[in-house]
Amino acid sequence: MKMLAKRYKYFLALIVINMLVYILYPSVGQKSMNITWNNTVEMLSVIPPIFVLLGLLDVWVQRETMIKLMGEKSGIVGILIAFFLGSAAAGPLYAAFPIAGVLLHKGSKFSNVLIFIGAWSTTKIPMLLFEASAMGWKFMLTRFVIDIPGIMVIAYVTEKLLNEKEKQYIYDQAGNVVA
Amino acid sequence: MFTIMMYIVASCLLILSFVKDRKKTLLAMKKAWKSFENILPQFLAIIVIIGIMLAVLSPEVISGLIGEKSGWLGMLMASLVGSVTLIPGFVAFPLTAALLKSGAGIMQIAVFISTLMMVGIVSIPLEIKYFGKKAALLRNSLAFVFSFIAAIAIGVVLR
Repeated sequence: MKMLAKRYKYFLALIVINMLVYILYPSVGQKSMNITWNNTVEMLSVIPPIFVLLGLLDVWVQRETMIKLMGEKSGIVGILIAFFLGSAAAGPLYAAFPIAGVLLHKGSKFSNVLIFIGAWSTTKIPMLLFEASAMGWKFMLTRFVIDIPGIMVIAYVTEKLLNEKEKQYIYDQAGNVVA
Repeated sequence: MFTIMMYIVASCLLILSFVKDRKKTLLAMKKAWKSFENILPQFLAIIVIIGIMLAVLSPEVISGLIGEKSGWLGMLMASLVGSVTLIPGFVAFPLTAALLKSGAGIMQIAVFISTLMMVGIVSIPLEIKYFGKKAALLRNSLAFVFSFIAAIAIGVVLR
């Protein structure tokens, strides 16, 4: 029980803050509770398949296979798979990090994992279609065309600026979070 | 729609996995649950922060912040609002489309959309948990800078 309270301390503190807001500014507090409830329902409906796939990926895909597909020497294939995995997904960005953890755990190259995160954040197919209908095709396509090299540059520069020790720490960390 | 597809894909693979190897499938489910339970505290905290933030930063407030100011100050403002907020696309795009109609600049809107998607101040604690502090901060800062480049490109193309 105490452990549970400790793990959820930020969540509990935020609930208290939300209640204080509700007491001081009822309309804002009410609204934020509504939004929180809707988002919780949305999260619970979007997330189950993501985690089921994550579990299956972890159990069925051999580390060697993943290294071949997305590891250090995977080259263009790894980049394409990273883009595809990220773009084909549905769900908020914060749901992508646990998958990123499994990809790292299985030996994916860090820059490929960052490309996956970049694709998940900006080139998700359902989102692109929605963007085109709201903002116009020209807006969406221009952004899409510049985002692809942008995502890759961000991924490579981030990886280049980390030293071996820092990268090793990330891979160790991924092992802890997944296992 | 895509969520339904995710469910279909996940269930098909789950059934396939179960037929092939029951033990392994059970292990996969255990892992799925454990990874979920592992980050549930952060997920819930993020969701409550989003709730409070969106209640304060209502579409009207966001419009006021990035709708009127133009030029670099407007872009800076739009990028900051985009970095701290976490709005799902199906809420954000109608909002930006409306802002554009009511006279907001295209570059301000573009930088808002880019930072909204790529930079996540609220989810940074979670990102740090997986990538470490340095990589998470680097990725977000680079994405912030890149959002301006993307916005300028859009400004040039759509002028």
